[in-house]
Amino acid sequence: MSKKTDSTENAHNTSGQDEWPLWEIFIRGQHGMSHRHVGSLHAADSEHAIKNARDVYTRRNEGVSIWVVRASDIAASSPSDKGPLFDPSRDKIYRHPTFYDLPDEAGNM
Amino acid sequence: MYAQMVKSTGKALLSREEMSPQERAFQDRIDQGEKIEPKDWMPEGYRKNLIRQIGQHAHSEIVGQLPEGNWITRAPTLERKANLLAKVQDEAGHGLYLYCAAETLGVSRDQLFEMLHTGKMKYSSIFNYPTLTWADMGAVGWLVDGAAIMNQVPLQRTSYGPYARAMVRICKEESFHQRQGFQIMLTMANGTEDQKRMAQDALNRFWYPALMMFGPSDKDSVHSAQSMAWKIKMNTNDELRQKFVDETVPQAEFLGLTVPDEHLTWNEDTGHYDYSEPDWNEFFDVISGNGPCNTERLEARKMAWDDGAWVREGMLAHARKSQARKAAAE
Repeated sequence: MSKKTDSTENAHNTSGQDEWPLWEIFIRGQHGMSHRHVGSLHAADSEHAIKNARDVYTRRNEGVSIWVVRASDIAASSPSDKGPLFDPSRDKIYRHPTFYDLPDEAGNM
Repeated sequence: MYAQMVKSTGKALLSREEMSPQERAFQDRIDQGEKIEPKDWMPEGYRKNLIRQIGQHAHSEIVGQLPEGNWITRAPTLERKANLLAKVQDEAGHGLYLYCAAETLGVSRDQLFEMLHTGKMKYSSIFNYPTLTWADMGAVGWLVDGAAIMNQVPLQRTSYGPYARAMVRICKEESFHQRQGFQIMLTMANGTEDQKRMAQDALNRFWYPALMMFGPSDKDSVHSAQSMAWKIKMNTNDELRQKFVDETVPQAEFLGLTVPDEHLTWNEDTGHYDYSEPDWNEFFDVISGNGPCNTERLEARKMAWDDGAWVREGMLAHARKSQARKAAAE
């Protein structure tokens, strides 16, 4: 891809002047989980984006709360940073409980 | 399918030796089942093919609202009307998920619409057939959505992340579409003589167009190999068509309706039904713009776009003004 997208996956740079800006949509489901990214949509402003998100992403009672963020306001790590960012945590298996071998007599821990 | 005859870049499938190191690494990722994400490096052909395929799929969802929209005001009961309205609304949603997936590849929504409106991009041939009676709502849900689901389920595993995720959402929502169609057929097939005749007539008219949805026969499908290597196409056209026939024929029998194919027979040896191919000349004719409703569909689409222009402009102007006012007050 010769053109570089600036921030999120959806922040395309070919949009014309008169296209409604793109918003990333986050929805919190019923069970007290965090807001989760569900997709994106175009809308004139944030209020409009929330209304559209309700129609596009919660037609089946999927959510109790909606966040909308302008796609161009999201900063994201780049694929080329994958190594430096995430490799250091790969070999630290002692961060997982299964690393520590305990006798059965110690009970559940 | 919803994306029939997606033209590839025209190049033959590259062997590993012919690939650049970057292309080879890319193919390895796909072979290992990794998802390709928007900012990852990808061959230009992969990007172009995907834009065509996802775009055509999105256009099909949007244009696909028209044949059914035709019956919303004339649905026989309030319940049927609410069901159909929900289905058509879903199709708008599915179009939107797919447009967003296509946009991650660097094409804008307005560009995609323009390509649809000028005929540079296609939509599925199936939506160029008219919906003449209420029974057609049953046949469309049962056969057309049934055929679409057959293609979309494997596409949940496609290599391009945003496309796969859109497919997951779509599949989750779409199974009600086929069921609501089948229920209409069931009611009519068990109804009065006139209703039964309408149900049979709808099956007669939609059977072959539904078979065409899977695209030309494998032997004439020149673009498949590369798309399959890239996992943007998961099965061949004939594989999916056969699967559709095998699943649908017993359903037609259950309804007490006759599939309009005198050569349809169960083949013990293959474990599949033998069936007649659709008229491929008709298919090429419809896809190139000469179907019964091509002009009408495109006109309706363009009218909606043009008539909505003042709304789009007005909302944007309002948003910019409020933004400026807010900035001034701070």
